[in-house]
Amino acid sequence: MKHTINELEDIVSQVRRDIVRMVHGCQSGHPGGSLGCAEFLTALYFETMNHSTDFKMDGAGEDLFFLSNGHISPVFYSVLARSGYFEVSELATFRKLNSRVQGHPTTHEGLPGIRIASGSLGQGMSVAIGAALTKKLNKDHSLVFSLHGDGELQEGQNWEAIMFAPHNKVDNLISTIDYNGQQIDGPTEKILSLENLQTKFEAFGWHVITSNGNNMEDIVKALEYAKSLTGKGRPILNLMSTQMGYGVDFMVGSHKWHGTAPNDEQLASALSQNKETLGDY
Amino acid sequence: MKKYTYSEKKDTRSGFGAGLHEAGQKNPDVVALCADLKGSLKMDAFADEFPERFIQIGIAEANMIGIAAGMTIGGKIPFTGTFANFSTGRVYDQIRQSVAYSNKNVKICASHAGLTLGEDGATHQILEDIGLMKMLPGMVVINPCDYNQTKAATLAIAEYEGPVYLRFGRPSIPVFTDPDQKFEIGKAWMVNEGTDVTIVATGHMVWKAIEAGEQLAALGIDAEIINIHTIKPLDEEAILKSLKKTGCVVTCEEHNKFGGLGESVARLLSTELPSPQEFVAVNDSFGESGTPDQLMTKYGLDTINIVEAAQKVIKRKK
Repeated sequence: MKHTINELEDIVSQVRRDIVRMVHGCQSGHPGGSLGCAEFLTALYFETMNHSTDFKMDGAGEDLFFLSNGHISPVFYSVLARSGYFEVSELATFRKLNSRVQGHPTTHEGLPGIRIASGSLGQGMSVAIGAALTKKLNKDHSLVFSLHGDGELQEGQNWEAIMFAPHNKVDNLISTIDYNGQQIDGPTEKILSLENLQTKFEAFGWHVITSNGNNMEDIVKALEYAKSLTGKGRPILNLMSTQMGYGVDFMVGSHKWHGTAPNDEQLASALSQNKETLGDY
Repeated sequence: MKKYTYSEKKDTRSGFGAGLHEAGQKNPDVVALCADLKGSLKMDAFADEFPERFIQIGIAEANMIGIAAGMTIGGKIPFTGTFANFSTGRVYDQIRQSVAYSNKNVKICASHAGLTLGEDGATHQILEDIGLMKMLPGMVVINPCDYNQTKAATLAIAEYEGPVYLRFGRPSIPVFTDPDQKFEIGKAWMVNEGTDVTIVATGHMVWKAIEAGEQLAALGIDAEIINIHTIKPLDEEAILKSLKKTGCVVTCEEHNKFGGLGESVARLLSTELPSPQEFVAVNDSFGESGTPDQLMTKYGLDTINIVEAAQKVIKRKK
């Protein structure tokens, strides 16, 4: 391992501080899903992926990551900055005028680490498949990772992509579903039931693994296991259970913090629950 | 009036197919994606010679646009192929976010545009696609006029870096442009120099504009005819230069009068050189089933409509 679990957990603690401070700083954004995916993004960028912070759009020879549920941009930006793609001080410009750190991730302002715009949901798996196909054509044996919200699976384009990938043996792709059971208007099971995602993906031909996305050791192991399954003719689906708002007691498990910013008092409480490990931006 | 002749009629989609095949031979990074319309889009030659670079998506256009956007990461030059309706309206948000806003080098190639798709009727006859595509920042919009120009345009966009919408059609129409032409994106083609009226035409309407020019000449009217194959970026210089000479314009397109070439010309003239303009275009309606010729007549896109519009606009000159 490049890092110990304790080291990775320290990074996660700082990432959680970044997330709540960013959202508080502009009184806008999506803390819930961001907090829930802090372990996953940290594991991916600090442990799992082979990647370079000397950013090149074509990503030749590197593992690539695509964030399909672009509204959890705070966690993506924090992890990119903490990895070294850009200065952490730039996180303070999140959602503000003339910033590269836009509300949703975009290539448009040239922020290093971003390879596609996302925000309008349901498009990222197709993009990840495209990048994976190009890697195969280029005889580039690195991998493509993607992350999708569970509510996002209500978008039909996903199912076009989910059907395509096994048929075309896109086996250099590891897609993860943030399975937190929440979406803006409430629990997914009340809004539009996802039913049994594992059997759905398996029926389409994916190799499905499950993981606990809020347990660092578990998610690191799951991603390593997922990597070991690549190159065997099937795309890999990591059905990752998380809790929206994990790490902040008054946010955890509720859809109410999907897209709401904390006030000053709530920020102080959230920060008190996540120690400063790498230095606030 | 300069004399134009043709020895054969061919469909512009076959020009696309030939251009795609040649682009594939020239550049190993060219890849083609198709949503279950390989035959209709004339992509067989490419698919046969480069099976590993041809990706059959199935009937899933949104996924096709997303995969194309992803394939650019790593240097591929994806050409997507389906009907114009499914290339634009069906996947507008995918094009907007994953291609245009993300500035990906995707070539959206759209056949069976407009009324001349014919018998399938209005569900398939998109007349709004030019408008949809030209509104996207950074999108190049090209609508060539015959087989040779479509082939040349296909080769040209393979060498251009950035998103492009290439629109062509189903029916066989006269092949009258130079088979060895150099296609320059954004550069108008002067079909005929004249002094009384400017006729600006795109796509299938260019041959009709030539026929109209001949009929007008017989009436003693000297028409300047300009082929705008690139609707965006518009060759503003060519249009303004012509209008300074003629003082009036007829725009001709197989598209709704809202959002098409005519509106682009009107926007230019309103600020730079206010001039009388007549629109030969579909009058804000859907199409219907029929043969291409019947439909072009019924919806006012025939040679006679251009002739009448020219006579009318000349009378409006002060």
